[in-house]
Amino acid sequence: MSEQKIGAYICQGCGLGERLDTAELAKVAQKEGKAAVVREHAFLCNSAGIQLIQEDIDNEGVTHVMVAACSRRAKTEAFNLDKVAIARANLREGVIWTQPDTDEARELTQEMAADYVRMGCAEAKNMTLPGGNPNTAHNKRILVVGGGVSGMTAALESAKAGYQVVLVEKTGQLGGWAAKLHKRVPFAEPFRDPQDSGVAALAAAVESHGNITVHLNAITSQTDGSPGQFSVEISQESGSTVTEEVGSIVQATGFTLYDANKLPELGYGKTPNVVDQAGLEKLAQEAAAKGEPIRRPSDGGDVKSVVFVQCAGQRDDTGKHLPYCSGFCCNTSIKQAMYFKDANPDTDAAVIYTDLRVPGNGEDFYRSAQDKGVTFTKGKVSAVESNGNGCKVTFHDLILNDQSAVAEADLVVLATGQVPNSGVNIDALVATDNEAEESAEAETVAPEEIKVVSVLNLTYRQGPDIPQLKYGFTDSHFICFPYESRRTGIYPCGPVRRPMDMLQAMEDATGAAMKAIQAVENASVGRAAHPRSGDLSYPSFRIEGCTQCKRCTVECPFGAIDEDEKRYPVFNESRCRRCGTCMGACPVRVISFENYSVDTVGSQLKAVDMPDEFDEKPRILVLACENDAYPALDMSAMKRNTYSAFVRVIPVRCLGSVNTIFITDALNSGYDGVMMMGCKHGDDYQCHFVKGSELASYRMSKIDDTLKGLNLETERVASYDVAITDIDRVPQLINDYAATIDEIGMNPFKGF
Amino acid sequence: MTEMTAKYRNSFLKEVEERVEEGHWVKMCMQCGVCAGSCPLGPHWAHPPQEIFMMIRAGKREEVLTSDSMWMCTSCYNCVVRCPRKLPITHIMHGLANLAHRLGVAPKNQPTRQFAKMFWDNLGKTGRVNELRLSLSLYFKDGFGQGIKNAMAMKDVGLGLVKAKRLNPMEIVAPHSIKDKSGFQAMLKKAREIEDRRKRLS
Repeated sequence: MSEQKIGAYICQGCGLGERLDTAELAKVAQKEGKAAVVREHAFLCNSAGIQLIQEDIDNEGVTHVMVAACSRRAKTEAFNLDKVAIARANLREGVIWTQPDTDEARELTQEMAADYVRMGCAEAKNMTLPGGNPNTAHNKRILVVGGGVSGMTAALESAKAGYQVVLVEKTGQLGGWAAKLHKRVPFAEPFRDPQDSGVAALAAAVESHGNITVHLNAITSQTDGSPGQFSVEISQESGSTVTEEVGSIVQATGFTLYDANKLPELGYGKTPNVVDQAGLEKLAQEAAAKGEPIRRPSDGGDVKSVVFVQCAGQRDDTGKHLPYCSGFCCNTSIKQAMYFKDANPDTDAAVIYTDLRVPGNGEDFYRSAQDKGVTFTKGKVSAVESNGNGCKVTFHDLILNDQSAVAEADLVVLATGQVPNSGVNIDALVATDNEAEESAEAETVAPEEIKVVSVLNLTYRQGPDIPQLKYGFTDSHFICFPYESRRTGIYPCGPVRRPMDMLQAMEDATGAAMKAIQAVENASVGRAAHPRSGDLSYPSFRIEGCTQCKRCTVECPFGAIDEDEKRYPVFNESRCRRCGTCMGACPVRVISFENYSVDTVGSQLKAVDMPDEFDEKPRILVLACENDAYPALDMSAMKRNTYSAFVRVIPVRCLGSVNTIFITDALNSGYDGVMMMGCKHGDDYQCHFVKGSELASYRMSKIDDTLKGLNLETERVASYDVAITDIDRVPQLINDYAATIDEIGMNPFKGF
Repeated sequence: MTEMTAKYRNSFLKEVEERVEEGHWVKMCMQCGVCAGSCPLGPHWAHPPQEIFMMIRAGKREEVLTSDSMWMCTSCYNCVVRCPRKLPITHIMHGLANLAHRLGVAPKNQPTRQFAKMFWDNLGKTGRVNELRLSLSLYFKDGFGQGIKNAMAMKDVGLGLVKAKRLNPMEIVAPHSIKDKSGFQAMLKKAREIEDRRKRLS
């Protein structure tokens, strides 16, 4: 590495000049921060200020720039300087906007600012300029797994955007479930009548598009590689295998209808006059082909009355069936009731529901059905029995509170739900492995999930499929990053991700196609994908120090790290999201990024000027997640919420990247307390790296013993869930914590 | 088909659609219950509108028509204002009450019904509402003794109205009428004929 030269630039704008003694800060940067060039400027982010820095880079050979001005989240475009590593000391949001502008507060405010300058210089000193992923790959083809509506839409959208697409479909024809529909729920105004499914046109468009290669009767029998360089083995039913090289993958494997055979109490399987929604579509298609009305399956008689049973085997709280709502089935039943009403208005069609849920413009469709005379009865069906050539439906009428209301029908349709085709639940695999290791009776453990056939057959260390969140649906954040999975470059869409109807699946597929395009483009220039889009840094490790403990390979939320034959980690940089969870996990601290490492954080916290025990100036270290907690702190500052002048905040990429050495170092250097602010974890997590904050909380659950071992109070290390909206809560948390520290007193290790 | 199982067929709903004013709206109710929650007399009804609508769909003809619920409606229009499906609930309630009355199955001593009948009879005679006679027949509907008590309780109001020339005591013996009384009565008769034909009443 060439010689390092730090340039420190202290801004006097935005009130910094009036509130702080910047000449004093310049001295700190020079003497303690060892900055070779130190300059003050009245307005650093304007063109003159930037020019000042640029001239130093060009003429003085400054390689590392420390900007002491506003938060690192502000003015990022102005301070986006080429070819130098940049550290930012947050004097505006972090200091003057959070401290009162009074004479009494002046001394502490200045101390705070000086510490941030020290920290900025220390960080700069330990950074290098990210060089970009050396293992970039340039394949920009997109693989779509699944040829239903979602898959075809994803393929078509990618192809239209100019990308080559490989589509793999397990069956012999495109169309999936949609091809089995007589008609579909309307997509457009006036949402009154069922429409043609449109699937034939979609399939024809896919087949005739020059950018799309379709493999029918085929599965993905092996998927290897990473974004920009996936190598996928496609096995045909005939036994032949082809290998396709692709850059990213859209998984649109859809759903299986919940097995109605599990609902004998609703008469399924006992009489042909009870069908599920797919069964009714089949009857409707067959009838339409013959040009006849739908007939009663048992004897071909007229259907004078039909009852639709909503939530059949769904929204079940007994634990026997699906606990969730599939969201498409109310609209489907409305549509199917119209098959009868439109053909013959004298047919009685009743929908028995507990809550009618009609997403999208279904409300208009529902109203249209009411207008056509479909009866909607709020009730819960308890039994369907065969009654000659008809059925007797017993239900609890929830409006009239009639426990044993009865409806008589020639045909009963059960609205069963969607079960995702998401492949193997790899978490269950791990759990079983652990159990197997713990107990010798491995053969007794055979959860059903294990028997499920894998979809992607990934060669990843962490398992053959995308991780799942709940009920088998693939893991992604349904609001913040719906199409992301925990496997970079692989984007699930459609009902494999969450239950949905056709229109939603099409929108979903388009979104996933865009993510897939983004992934190949990012991979080709060595940049990170969501959420650190554009980040050029990547993790590396010192092989001499590695103890092959496997922690990083196990904990990486994105399956980015495999193991070589000697059990050393193999980083697949293009799969990496740059969260630093591996860095936080590593017990020997050999994993680092060029601009983010154990040293950049460790040196910052050690750079703080530690007052001695008798100064009555405690120091509290705040490790704040840069995704939510740090912006919340910034926004709190914009509101001029004040907080204790004793805190020093260091942003971290994710709490998952917090190595326990940070805590030990902080307590050894005399900090009186450490606050960790990260995102909520659990099923409704808000962590941008999905598992980071959960892993952090697991690691920190062990820290209490360590503290007790050191004879320290457990309160000295505290973790908080902070959301980006906690603007007024965050200063309160800090002040409350400062009060706690005040109560328990100073860290006895101070000064050693 | 047994009566029990016939309940959930649409026959009564169809009857309501044909024979009740604004009855074609009943099928559009989405059972949200806002009407029931909005009704100031809600706690005093056996069945709030939401339930009445459900009972119609469930074919509970007798229960609906003999119910006193729709007679409890004070026409405050709270439900109509709030109904998200814009059902003219007040009108439907009056329409149902009217049908029940015309079919002779409405509850006999329901006071709203009694007063409505008095009002209509009073109006039909002269083409004008004779307030004095209407008030007196209301006071005396529960017998002579109760009538005297009611009249005495209201005497100050009555005398005040006489003094202010808002009430003419002579109306009790010689009620004044509209100009073309027989024309008015012929009109009512014709209207009744049309209604009977349309609602298949006789």
